[in-house]
Amino acid sequence: MKLNSLNIKEANEGLKKKSFSSVELTKACLDQIRKLEGKLNAFVTVTENEALEQAQEADKLISAGQDLPLLGIPIAIKDNFSTLGIKTTASSIVLDDYIPPYNATVVAKLKAAGMVLLGKTNMDAWAHGSSTETSDYGSTKNPWNIKYLPGGSSGGSAASVAADEVIAAIGSETAGSIRQPASWCGVVGLKPTYGRVSRYGVIAMGSSLDSPGPITKTVEDSALILEVLAGVDENDATTSPLPVGNYSQKLSKNIKELKIGISEEYFIDGIDKEVKEMVEGALKKFEKFGAKIENLKLFDPKYAIDVYTIIQRSEVSSNLARYDGIRYGNGRDYFKDEAKRRIMFGTYALSSGYYDQYYNKAQKVRTVIIDDFKKAFEKVDVIIAPTSPSLALPVGATKDSAMFGEIADVLVEPSSIAGLAGINIPIGFSKSGLPIGMQIIGPQFSEELVLSVAYEYEKLTQVEKWRGLKPNL
Amino acid sequence: MKIDVSHIAKLANLPLSKTEKTKFEKQLGETFEYVEGLNEVETKNVEPKSQVTGLENITRDDTAKPSLSQDDALSNTKSKHNGFFKVKAIFEE
Repeated sequence: MKLNSLNIKEANEGLKKKSFSSVELTKACLDQIRKLEGKLNAFVTVTENEALEQAQEADKLISAGQDLPLLGIPIAIKDNFSTLGIKTTASSIVLDDYIPPYNATVVAKLKAAGMVLLGKTNMDAWAHGSSTETSDYGSTKNPWNIKYLPGGSSGGSAASVAADEVIAAIGSETAGSIRQPASWCGVVGLKPTYGRVSRYGVIAMGSSLDSPGPITKTVEDSALILEVLAGVDENDATTSPLPVGNYSQKLSKNIKELKIGISEEYFIDGIDKEVKEMVEGALKKFEKFGAKIENLKLFDPKYAIDVYTIIQRSEVSSNLARYDGIRYGNGRDYFKDEAKRRIMFGTYALSSGYYDQYYNKAQKVRTVIIDDFKKAFEKVDVIIAPTSPSLALPVGATKDSAMFGEIADVLVEPSSIAGLAGINIPIGFSKSGLPIGMQIIGPQFSEELVLSVAYEYEKLTQVEKWRGLKPNL
Repeated sequence: MKIDVSHIAKLANLPLSKTEKTKFEKQLGETFEYVEGLNEVETKNVEPKSQVTGLENITRDDTAKPSLSQDDALSNTKSKHNGFFKVKAIFEE
């Protein structure tokens, strides 16, 4: 077994037993990155020297008997998290030479937990997209077939995990940006409740939606990272004072007591046949294990596209107003088409005379969506649906399609708008060899439940043959 | 739907070429037409929600703490003068 293909739990055990060192583990990841980056382009920046120094430091601490949750574990972080002294671009040349003078809270917490930072991963520029094709540094490719896209915006993070370039990675989701690339790349992606994880130091996109979270090889790893990331932060007033759970210790749920909601609105027209059948198959397995499936009629997710388009672009126009090239970065003439479109849409939607028609209307329908989920969760524990209506799409599919991302994310947008917790887990592969994912959505702050249901599914289907598959690169 | 792209670009402080204006006018019009679907949703007695946390009046103690040094704050600028950011003149004499 190659060290870079380990998950966090396995790597932690090996490091503790001194079966290998953090330097060896880090080198194995760096070798894989060197071997594959020409094909995948999952990284904007690889921090090789810093990583090896941090790994040496971690080895010393391990020898001294230090016990930290991520001590010596190589992790990659999406390039929209500010990293002290390390270039942070959000995959836009506006920030081509920007070196943050501080760490995002997420980065500071991971460092305090002992992480080795391997580098910064590629994404859609400013996180505007669902493919990485809007990155100013070229798109990332899907490790399962490099003629296909990894999804986005956290596409580099998802691809790096799927290709074993890293042990785990961090992404951020505004609506779909963790779950959808995790689905297309066949990995676990958790979008925590809005306010569970601090946004401080994350290059802002849609401020009322942005939720950082882990992208990992297993559900258990996801729980472990959430434990490190979650919690109140005085630098982000939207973070919740609710106590953080021992997510990794409490991973179990009696499936026989579980009520799963499904809604035909989420098996939309035009959904890929294999995706639909595989999610239905997964639900049958849940039923076989004793769960109750209840049919719901959820508010049509097509309206979530409109709500999301208006709210997100309005918030984008405000957030990107600060990039004027005076204090850092390049001037506004460096923005590319997608950012310009979103800034202008938002500017118009917020401009005098149009506010009520667009932004205020969207905020009202947001209330309708929130209430709809509240009602649903009175009847069921979790809702299960496909994560993406399609398999990974071929490279080039999104060019010049102004609404591509929103339509690709139709099934994840409603839960993001309501600020709910959701997770993508892989459930198999298409005949063409591309991964298929399913999402489990729970109420706000139900991370323990959502992770537990995902964990039980992972455990109960551990014997399925596809789980042994690795990308052939 | 017709959008005055030049006016919007001015508000958003985005420099646009003539070809860009034509392209964006069409694309923005299409996107606004797309979201018109929202009018099908009845919202007469619905309050708008600007945030989902339910938190209100979150404050912190008003105490001074160490912050970025002047050098750190200026470390990324391409244009500074005597320890300040140098910007283009706003008022002409």
